[in-house]
Formats: sequence, structure tokens, C-alpha cells
Amino acid sequence: MSYFQKEFECMPREKIRELQSERLVWQVKRMYERVELFRHRMDELGLTPDDIKGVDDLPRLPFSYKQDLRDYYPYGLFAEPLKNIVRTHASSGTTGKQIVVGYTKNDLDMWADCMARQIYAAGGDENDIVQVSYGYGLFTGGLGAHGGAEKIGATVIPMSSGNTQRQINTMVDFGSTILCCTPSYAMYLGEAVNEAGLRDKIKLKAGIFGAEPWTEDMRRAIEDSLGLKAYDVYGLSEIMGPGVSYECQCQNGMHVNEDMFIAEIIDPDTGEVLPEGEQGELVFTTITKEGFPVIRYRTRDICSLNYEQCECGRTFVRMNKPSGRTDDMLIIRGVNVFPSQIEEVLLKIGEGITPNYQIIIDRENNTDTLDVNVEMTESLFADDVKSIERIENRITSDLRSILGLGAKVHLVNPKTIARSEGKAKRVIDNRNLHD
Amino acid sequence: MVKQLSVFVENKPGRLMEILRALADNMIDIKALSLADTTEFGIIRMIVSDADKAKKVLNNDGVVVRICNVLAVAVNDEPGALMNTFEILSENKISVEYMYAFGEKLGNSSVIAIRTDDMDLAAERLTDGGVTVLEGDDISEM
Ligand SMILES: [Zn+2]
Repeated sequence: MSYFQKEFECMPREKIRELQSERLVWQVKRMYERVELFRHRMDELGLTPDDIKGVDDLPRLPFSYKQDLRDYYPYGLFAEPLKNIVRTHASSGTTGKQIVVGYTKNDLDMWADCMARQIYAAGGDENDIVQVSYGYGLFTGGLGAHGGAEKIGATVIPMSSGNTQRQINTMVDFGSTILCCTPSYAMYLGEAVNEAGLRDKIKLKAGIFGAEPWTEDMRRAIEDSLGLKAYDVYGLSEIMGPGVSYECQCQNGMHVNEDMFIAEIIDPDTGEVLPEGEQGELVFTTITKEGFPVIRYRTRDICSLNYEQCECGRTFVRMNKPSGRTDDMLIIRGVNVFPSQIEEVLLKIGEGITPNYQIIIDRENNTDTLDVNVEMTESLFADDVKSIERIENRITSDLRSILGLGAKVHLVNPKTIARSEGKAKRVIDNRNLHD
Repeated sequence: MVKQLSVFVENKPGRLMEILRALADNMIDIKALSLADTTEFGIIRMIVSDADKAKKVLNNDGVVVRICNVLAVAVNDEPGALMNTFEILSENKISVEYMYAFGEKLGNSSVIAIRTDDMDLAAERLTDGGVTVLEGDDISEM
């Protein structure tokens, strides 16, 4: 078992907490002095930096949001003068205006530690040849993975993304042993390698994949097609970039770099911190970051944290792969429901074809009701009433076991679910919760 | 055996009418029709003059349709004739899933559509037992 920085990665839990407390106090104080928006929000809550004595006080601090980065674009939330900022990264959200983050030399150094820990956890070291096929540029993927690979002294191939033929030639000729890219690109490369009949010519042993959601099925497909072990890495530029959390060989959750980031799980509606192990919105506080630090940043990713000791020996808490975004989450009778969960059930029943569906939520006598309309398809239809009722019952019971919630399932005529611009409207919430 | 059209319909007013209209607009004749329903949905079973054309027409309207075979049996208009048919089926342990009658007569006989759990065996044993089992051509001439 090898660790890049055992002193942190395997630090006893109480020591991690002490270190976090110390660093949090430091961060709150300096942000209060340097970041106007944060000072303003603290003042509004009647808080001063002296009120924050450690991690126990974290829930008292104000949240921060992606919108803040747009409102204070470009440099308004930096906590260091530009002369100390050595790099910027930016991402353009789906809503238009890009967001910008900045790093000091020390920030880049710590980021490299994050990714170095990931590469070690994937069994890599200075003997490895790391092919970085994430995009290089404003996107954090390429340079993030690059920094970590260089830090451990591996041989880095800064491929960037695209030009699949050249990717494969390089992989074969240079003898790449570790591949870093998005999981969808890994799938694509896997297919291309096999089509070219070069599966036996590649030497990959590990892949570090992140920056987009992927499934366990994709993991297996990538592992089979490229003959490697696939690791999931999590990150977002507002916190650091790839490496905020990283997977070990147990492939059972991603260890959060807790000496740099404090993770919390909150109820996205009330903002309350949820009990250990519960699923909710992931929130991060950066306690070492200098250039662009955040306190209680709302990631909008939904996941849970696992504090059990991992078999790999690392003590850092593990986060599960995010199961969705708060933007899509519905709360029905107090239960979090994602349209993607319903889709999963239908996909199984439709034998690979997801029938068109619509979720209708209403409220009767102060109780939420959930109705799921599913358009009949030729593969679901049978000539007798009983088989159709059996399908309805199966959908109902599968939904109950996945959602933990009773739903009324209706099979409806094809093409009766309203579509706008060709896309069906998946969710109709008639509860008027926001009036 | 003859081709039967099974159509899924949600239990909403007007659905049946829409289907009948689509068939009429395309000059498709309905020979027999039955409706099996629950409070939520129904299955319309039909024997029409041209099953494949009917399926195409309905599919174009976004209706889910399946085609399967049923037995069309001519039963003389005399007491006990229908019973004879069922006796043969029951003696051979063939169970009837559903049945319904055609609207028009074929000569002196009523025509009954029957779906069983073993269609080939049923056709064979009924024929052996002297029951007239009709084919697609017989029906389209009705
Ligand atoms: Zn581990």
C-alpha cells in the first residue's frame, strides 16, 4: 500500500478535526478582512471572526453560491492581490457568463498534492508514464492532472483531448501506463483501440476519470476495453479542480482531501446540516486556499459521506458518487426523488428502451401525491389485461423499492405526454410550494 | 385462423371513437369487436377486413397495436351447437382466454372469435370434431 502523503491521508480522525479547526479559524479571519461579500454576509448574521473557534462553528457560517462568482466577476472574490495570483482557470456555465478562479503558487502546489495522492492511490509512482488526455486550457482537467503527475515524478505526456488516432499511436509507442481523461472519452478510446486491434499493444494499468457523471456499467466497460483499473476522481474549479476527492483501490467512494477541504451534507431546502450518512447537497469549505477561497460553497451535487474507516488505511471521509444535482431534485413526502431514478426503473422494464414518462406531483389534504404516467410501447403491450396490470404493478413495486415511496403508475396512450421542442416535459409539480 | 388486432386504449372519453374514425376514414371494415377494460385502461380486440393495413393506419396515429391469431368458428344456429365447441376444447384441456361474437352471420351460422392457450391444438381438434374453423379469406368475404 503506498500513499503520497501518509501523514495527512492516514491522519487519525481527531487530528484531522484539530487541523481543520485551526485552518478554518485562519481562513475565516483572513476572508473577513479581504473579501467584501463574505464580510458583508457575516455582518448580516451578526458574526465576527472571533465567534468561529473551530469546525463545530461551521454550520453558523453563511453559504456561498455559484451566482456569487458571476456577480463579482472577474476578480471580486479573490483574497489575494493579482500580483500573487499565478494562474487563472475559467468555466462557462450553461447560463452564459463565465466564472473565473485564481490560484497562488501555494494553491497550485497543494492542488498538485491532491492529484498526486490520486495517482498514488491508483498504484502510480515515478516509474509511470501518464498520458493526460483531458483538455488543456481554461478547463482545470488537463493542467490539474498534469500538475499531480509531474509532482510524483512520473513521465507526463501532455496530450490534451481529441485526435483519437494520435492518442492511440502515442499510447502504444510511448508505452503509457496511466490514462487521465473524461470517462466518455475513455469509452471512445477503448472502442477505437479494440477496433484497431491494438488491445495487446497497450500497457495501461490504471485510468483516472472524472469531470462528468458516469456509471458503474461504464466503469466495467472501460476496464474491459482498455484492460485497466478505472478510478473516479471528483472536483470542481470553484473548489480547486480535479482531485478534491479521489478514489483508492477499494473503488468504494472518493476520499476527500480533508486537510484542505471540509465537506458537509446539507438539506438543500432548509440549509440544515444532515445526520452522518444521509444523502443531501454537498458543501465545501476551502481551508488552505489563498487565491480564491470559499466558505460553505454549495456544489449542488447530491451525495452522502461515509465516515467508516476504509480498508485502504486512509482516514479521509469518502463521498459517494453524486447521484444527481439539486437542480433536478424533487422532495416528495420528505423523500428526495430524482427523475433519473424513475428513468432507471423504466429502462429496466422497457428492456433497454426507456418509455416516455411524466412525473406529476400534487398535494391533497396536505399530503404529497406522486403519479407516474408511462406511455405504452409495443414492447410493453400484451393482448391481455392481466399482463398489462402485471407491468403496472412491477413498475409500482420497483419504484417503491428504489424511491422508498409509493407512486401511482398509469399506462397512457403513446404520444399523449406533452412535448415542447421535441422534448417531453418530465416533471409537473402542481404543489405551488414557492408561493 | 384469422388475424386479430389488439389496441391499447387509455380509459378516456373519445379514445374509442378516434380509433373507429381512423379505420373508417381508410375504408377498413370492422367485422367483430370487443372491449376488455379496467378502470384505468382497456384493450380493444378487433377483426377487420385488412389487419396489416389497419395496423399501419393506427401506428401512424401513434396507437399501440399488436396482431395475433384467433380462431373464427362458425356455429350453427341451433340449440347446443356452441356447447359442442366448448366440450371439444375442454376434453382436450385447452383453456379459453376470451371469446366474442362477430356482428354478421355467415349464412345460417354465427361466427365466434376464440383465443385459447394452445391455438394450433385447438384448431386441429375442433376441425377433427367437425367444427367449421374459418380462415382469413372466409372472413373478408363476409
Ligand atoms: Zn480507501
